[in-house]
Amino acid sequence: MSDIKKIKDDYIDKLNTENNIDKVNNIKSELFGKNGIISNEFKKLGSISVEERKKLASDLNNIKDELQNKISIKIQEIETKEINLKLEKEKIDVTLPERNIEIGKIHPVSQVIDEISSIFSEIGFSVEEGPDVENEYNNFTALNTPDNHPARDMHDTFYLDNNKELLLRTHTSPVQVRTMLKGKPPFKIIAPGRTYRSDSDQTHAPMFHQVEGLHIDKNINMGHLKGCLNYFIKEFFEVDKIKMRFRPSHFPFTEPSAEVDIGYEIKNGKIVIGEGNKWLEILGCGMVHPNVLKNVKVNPSKYQGYAFGIGIDRLGMLKYGINDLRAFFETDYRWLSHFGFDPLDVPSNYRGLSR
Amino acid sequence: MKFTIDWLKNHIDTKFNNNQIIDKLTNIGLEVESFESFSSELDTFIVAKIINAKTHPNADRLKLCDVDIGSGKTIEVVCGAPNAKNGLLTVYAPPGSIIPKNQMKLSVSKIRGVTSYGMLCSESELLLSNESDGIIELKNNKYENKIGEKYFKNTSEKVIDLSITPNRPDCLGVRGIARDLSAAGAGKLKINKKSNLKYRGNQNINVTLKKEKVQGCIAFGSCLIKGVTNKESPKWLKDKIKSLGQKPISAIVDITNYVMFDLNRPLHAYDADKIDNEIIVRNSSAGESFEALDNKKYILENDMCVISDRSGILGLGGIIGGTRSGTEYSTKNILLESAYFLPRSIRKTSKQLNIDTDAKFRFERGIDPLSIEEGLTKASELIKQICGGEISNLDVKKIENYKKTIINFDPFLFEKTTGFNVENKELIKILEKLGFNVSKNKRILKLVVPSWRPDITQSIDIVEEIVRIKGYEHINTSEPIKTRLKPTLNYYQKLFHFLQRSVASKGYLETVTWSFTDSKINQLFRENDEEIPIVNPISSDLNVLRNSIFPNLIFYLKKNLDRGFKDISLFEIGPAFKGKNPGDQLTVIGAVRAGKISRLSWNDKERIVDTFDVKKDVIQSLCESGIDKDDIVIDDKTPSYYHPGKSGGVYQNKNEKKALAYFGEIHPNIIKKLDINTEGLVIFEICVDYIKESKQKIKDSKSEYKFSDFQKSERDFAFIINKNFKSQELVNIIKSADNKLIKSVRVFDVFEGENIPEGKKSIAVNVTIQSEEKTLNENDLDNINKLIISSVESKSGAKIRS
Repeated sequence: MSDIKKIKDDYIDKLNTENNIDKVNNIKSELFGKNGIISNEFKKLGSISVEERKKLASDLNNIKDELQNKISIKIQEIETKEINLKLEKEKIDVTLPERNIEIGKIHPVSQVIDEISSIFSEIGFSVEEGPDVENEYNNFTALNTPDNHPARDMHDTFYLDNNKELLLRTHTSPVQVRTMLKGKPPFKIIAPGRTYRSDSDQTHAPMFHQVEGLHIDKNINMGHLKGCLNYFIKEFFEVDKIKMRFRPSHFPFTEPSAEVDIGYEIKNGKIVIGEGNKWLEILGCGMVHPNVLKNVKVNPSKYQGYAFGIGIDRLGMLKYGINDLRAFFETDYRWLSHFGFDPLDVPSNYRGLSR
Repeated sequence: MKFTIDWLKNHIDTKFNNNQIIDKLTNIGLEVESFESFSSELDTFIVAKIINAKTHPNADRLKLCDVDIGSGKTIEVVCGAPNAKNGLLTVYAPPGSIIPKNQMKLSVSKIRGVTSYGMLCSESELLLSNESDGIIELKNNKYENKIGEKYFKNTSEKVIDLSITPNRPDCLGVRGIARDLSAAGAGKLKINKKSNLKYRGNQNINVTLKKEKVQGCIAFGSCLIKGVTNKESPKWLKDKIKSLGQKPISAIVDITNYVMFDLNRPLHAYDADKIDNEIIVRNSSAGESFEALDNKKYILENDMCVISDRSGILGLGGIIGGTRSGTEYSTKNILLESAYFLPRSIRKTSKQLNIDTDAKFRFERGIDPLSIEEGLTKASELIKQICGGEISNLDVKKIENYKKTIINFDPFLFEKTTGFNVENKELIKILEKLGFNVSKNKRILKLVVPSWRPDITQSIDIVEEIVRIKGYEHINTSEPIKTRLKPTLNYYQKLFHFLQRSVASKGYLETVTWSFTDSKINQLFRENDEEIPIVNPISSDLNVLRNSIFPNLIFYLKKNLDRGFKDISLFEIGPAFKGKNPGDQLTVIGAVRAGKISRLSWNDKERIVDTFDVKKDVIQSLCESGIDKDDIVIDDKTPSYYHPGKSGGVYQNKNEKKALAYFGEIHPNIIKKLDINTEGLVIFEICVDYIKESKQKIKDSKSEYKFSDFQKSERDFAFIINKNFKSQELVNIIKSADNKLIKSVRVFDVFEGENIPEGKKSIAVNVTIQSEEKTLNENDLDNINKLIISSVESKSGAKIRS
């Protein structure tokens, strides 16, 4: 028995200093293999007395357990060490740059059109569109602006023929005409789109964007016009309160007509919309002129309502602090990256108009 | 329209202060653009303080002063004054100022090697005294808090500048503005003094209004003033003319101008001695010419309304007079004209000749036809007062009498339109103050429109008059009505927004470019579309409507490349024009991609963008927008601006005849022609309008979900096939061998050259086979293998590679 104990102690010592996994496995088969030392000891049990056998078997089992336990701990120890070593070797610099990211952007004009559409959608407006090339009738005459009307001078028009029959629409109002001609009242639409006037300087571009609004029904009055625009401006600029002023003005296609100013102030060189004692003109509107309704076959004694036109680019400039209108259309990569919006940032009521 | 408050007060008794008047004007629709003093040359001189005066490094008698000029700014000024010392308050003149004493304009200059920004002034330089020994010393207690402010008070009267809408000719005269203000409660309109002018003799220059098909002049009033002494205008008149922003010329001219701005009544004064016998108002014949008062010679067309005498044309009626009969200081006798010209005639002639004058601006909008005599009387009176002379009887020739406009107005329309109510009494008062004659017939008001308001023709105009004078602030703000009549967006509008964001999400920057472009670039992308020139383009390089989005996109791509950007992805969604009629346009996405993928990447191999990059972008965007990828068919027919061998067309399914998209490399000729410097340039385009709406909505097509849990097998095949045989067709042949069992076919290798016969290529495909009913055994798989090989070999002439 003491032999065995000694063997055990020797092996425990050996295991304690051993660090090679193959050698530990060798020890394992030396001890527990088919002709292993411990295995052989167990075989001997059959040839001794019952009395001795009981005692020896118990000792032998204890020694076996101890050694096996030691071996498995050792194996685990060595494996852990090896894996740690491997991991250590595999370590990379995770601060190296990722694979190239290509970030696309949505143009501010498109984003603002989506914002506007989302706001008006909430109060039941649908979106209508019309062609960029218009005829003289839809752009002017049907809108109560006959040829000899001085109001035409305010629209520097691009023409496509010498008879001045075909032109690039100077405003989105012809969409009103088209919408009413092809349908029956009531009408409740907005019409965003490209518009064109032949002047070009720091604050004017030969192409810009407008959104037209039209609501015609039996009892739509100026109070509704005020309410609608008040709602829109507040939502658009995402402010709780907005100072707004309706001022009489003149457009041939509305009567009475108004221009709308909103209050602002300059804070730290930046324009802040809503409060303040300065006024900024942002849109024109009015009650659709009975002559226009007659021209589009709507009976003005039964139906009435309002129309408005807002400059989209200008709204975007005010909201997002963009100074130069012309830069909108110059496709400067830096500008587009800077002022563009993430494609996933879709303006909507439930997710919020802007991030 | 410019005028001073003083001038306004000639016509209205008001207790309003200036700011109240300004606010009121804006509130009744006469928008105030500005209310400012004329700028004065003295405005630039400001109060300043010397912070630090040290000796000039190169001149002992000069000093170098740091001067506080307010708003946190300090500048350096070289000064020779012995009294310049620390803490002194004085007057500073910045560069650009004009020194009153010698009228010299200051500029930034170097004085003995040191730059001086402006100067500090002595009293003599400012003409305040003869004291020139040193700079002005201002008293601390008075000026300490005024650093940066103007030293001279601007005492000139402030001028109101109104922006008058085209419907309000009556407010192109001060009296009309006063009338509006008075109706709005700002005061009482003064009654015009009755003239006690004495007329002597007849106007003996005969005036004829010739019968014409369209006679642009329907009334011509005139009088002769004999024995005048023309001269410089008196100060009050000069000041009035100056406040309009105009230069005084002579008393006679200034008086006619004054009356025009006072009463909105244009007049014209002729030197009567230069008129050849008589005045004939007639239409011109083409080729007639005259020299106008703007010193330009105008050659006329047929049927322009002219004032002439026996020798020819004297002037264009209501637009501009001629030099031949113009008044001068030596003029002794004048003929004063006060006429009515038809707006349409004025507008047509002035447009044709491109003339804009104050008179034209007024006649075009509509002058009060009943103001002929009033204008003559008021001007004659002033001329007599200033220049002396004797006035003849007034002579008025007419071919038409003025007809009153009468409107029967139902006050209910007011509330119906505006949403609020105004008492009849107040409503009538407003209208009467505006000059309406009001009589009542039960509920209806019978209104005679004042002759100076040609813009008012129907009831709705009356509503506007009342609400504008009452004030828009009385209109309630109603809650928005949320009723919806139809969905916000239709299918194509949704598709537009979806594709826009889908393409952007592939790394493209959206841009918006002009709808017009340079015909020279457009030409490269026009294909068979007609060119659509703009008659009056803003510039010669934006002279046609774009037939495609690419001309602008490529132009701006080049600009960005020239800015030094190398890897650029840009797109635009918008109209491309196919003809010049309304509606001849398509909504198109155009996208360009230039440069390299993975440029300067530490772990990926960089490569030039290629056709299959844009093919992925276009196919993925189409799939994201709802098109089934399995239906899409590609062919190699593309517009001529694509590389003929490296581009493709995309069809929504095999039955479609029209490609809805193209992708590929741009034609090398275009890169060369436009001198584009980039390593690679690929493009794609999608015609949004060509996408067909799926018959099934998503809620209907999602109902069935089938999948197989039986084991699937993969088999690889390699075929030797003709070089031009399309992989898409090979894939279709394999799929059609057994549509049920073959789940997918992927091309994983294409190879030409070594070991492959000339004119052939090797295509390797991976085929996934799976049954929905059972696990396939070796035998089944062998059969399908054989079927695939035999189908391909018989249908394509390919040989399996062994």
